[in-house]
Amino acid sequence: MTVMVQETEPVVLNNSLLQRSRNLQGISFIGLSLPAAMLVAAVLIIPFSWLAWLSLFDAAGNLSTENYVRLLRPAYVDSFLTTFKVAGLVTAICVLLGYPVAYLLSQLPQRATQILMVFVILPFWTSVLVRTYAWLVLLQRQGIINQWLLSSGLISEPLPLVHNMTGTVIGMVHVMLPFLILPLYASMKAIDPVLLRAAANCGASPAQAFRQVFLPLSLSGLSAGIALTFVLCLGFYLTPALLGGGRVAMWSTQIADMVAKFANWGAASALSVVLLVVTGGILWGVNRFMRVPDAWGGKR
Amino acid sequence: MLRRPATSTQITHLQRLWLYGLVGLVIAFLIIPCLIVVPMSFSDSQYLEFPPRVWSLRWYEAYFFSSEWRQSTWVSLKVGAVTTILATILGTLASYGLHKSTNVFKPIVRGMLVLPMMVPLIFVAIGVFFVYARLGLNNTIAGLVLAHTTLAIPFVMIAVGNGLSGFDMNLERAARGLGASPVRAFLTVTLPQIRISVLSGMLFAFVTSFDEVVVSIFVSSGANSTLTKRMFANIRDQVDPTVAAISSLLVVLSIVVLVAGQFIQRRGRSGPSPD
Repeated sequence: MTVMVQETEPVVLNNSLLQRSRNLQGISFIGLSLPAAMLVAAVLIIPFSWLAWLSLFDAAGNLSTENYVRLLRPAYVDSFLTTFKVAGLVTAICVLLGYPVAYLLSQLPQRATQILMVFVILPFWTSVLVRTYAWLVLLQRQGIINQWLLSSGLISEPLPLVHNMTGTVIGMVHVMLPFLILPLYASMKAIDPVLLRAAANCGASPAQAFRQVFLPLSLSGLSAGIALTFVLCLGFYLTPALLGGGRVAMWSTQIADMVAKFANWGAASALSVVLLVVTGGILWGVNRFMRVPDAWGGKR
Repeated sequence: MLRRPATSTQITHLQRLWLYGLVGLVIAFLIIPCLIVVPMSFSDSQYLEFPPRVWSLRWYEAYFFSSEWRQSTWVSLKVGAVTTILATILGTLASYGLHKSTNVFKPIVRGMLVLPMMVPLIFVAIGVFFVYARLGLNNTIAGLVLAHTTLAIPFVMIAVGNGLSGFDMNLERAARGLGASPVRAFLTVTLPQIRISVLSGMLFAFVTSFDEVVVSIFVSSGANSTLTKRMFANIRDQVDPTVAAISSLLVVLSIVVLVAGQFIQRRGRSGPSPD
């Protein structure tokens, strides 16, 4: 069979005009995001830049590093350490509790996954304030957990479970767990089950197949979840403020106290700037060195 | 049944019982605190018991008959409603504009608009408190609405962005080719196709505002306290069981929202009707 080659007139495009129209479209459409961008600038970016600027001046209005030098005092250094300790502990517990859940979610048949997923999402939709209050009620001296422990004879004195580090960590794990499970589940779902079958065919035991094939493939999702959880912990205010009972001085509660109790804007701003730099640095590092699947499911 | 292989690596359900047990415990840990306040709120005693020895509606009465609680609920609903409208309009416009734009600044603008979701709320709170003090916006409804709208915009943008990424822009181009103005093409062709995403964005926006605590603690007080602000102060200063009744109502609300969200998504999954 012969192929007919049809001669067509070359289409002449007015390239410069098309380009101009494209540029115009680029500008006019980005303009639609202007109202939202202006609001974010007015409510978030300008106030924060203003505060960051103020942190560079001392009480008398002279340019100085006073506000930053003050952060080296023991009380502040302690709060840095507490913040990192709590964030690290909460993240570690979340990994231990969340990994098995995400794993099972990714392995179950679709119907069962949907049902189990509701239990992970429900806390996500429930107000953090309500959940923190529930923990306060559960963990307090006359609370259910202490009553059960007392009546079962395991303890003779009520345990101090709240208004301290224990309560803060328990409450924060409860809030953060879905933030770890959801991105981890998304990345596990993307692992091809054929790979595991291949490992089994090659003679790997189920444990070996998990350790040598599944676990390494799930690490990118895990690191995304860890980074997200850790960073959220660093700036988390509500639960430490309520369940810490003033005894767990985290960065966020320090900032709030300095503003609300002492009206010390310079110190609060300096602390915020440092927190922002640390948070941004961690996120940047994770983005830079690891392939992070978008935890929010949004399109970039 | 238990001896049947559960995965492609031939592991049986029996061998995985420990995993089911562990996951069951974690799920219980996640769910119990969300639900346990509901039965406890019907307790008659000052110290909330589980299970309550004497059942009563005492704390619900305390809520509904208190003018302060009613007032702050009203403030929260008002702020939530206005925020939902504003954030949905601004967020949808921004998402649509960014989706169609080819401008080089697109990533920067997008990054800026999702910022409110990324930064710790305490930053937003002190920044807003500081600026509002100069503008006289502290303790006003307008101030709350502005701050909450900012916080809700990223959630609307993500929801609408998801819708737009599944929408065939050629349909809009066809409308334009047939002579529709850009506004008309958007309103009559694009918007109806992404309505499900816009609706779930609205839901997100309302919940973001209604549940927001940290900014409200700083910028609302007195007659314009939000429900969450009053609850926070109450929880911090005394364990008042009235909060248990309100919490139960909020739990029911979040279940309703969750079901509504699932319903909206299911409607969306069945596909937009072609006619």
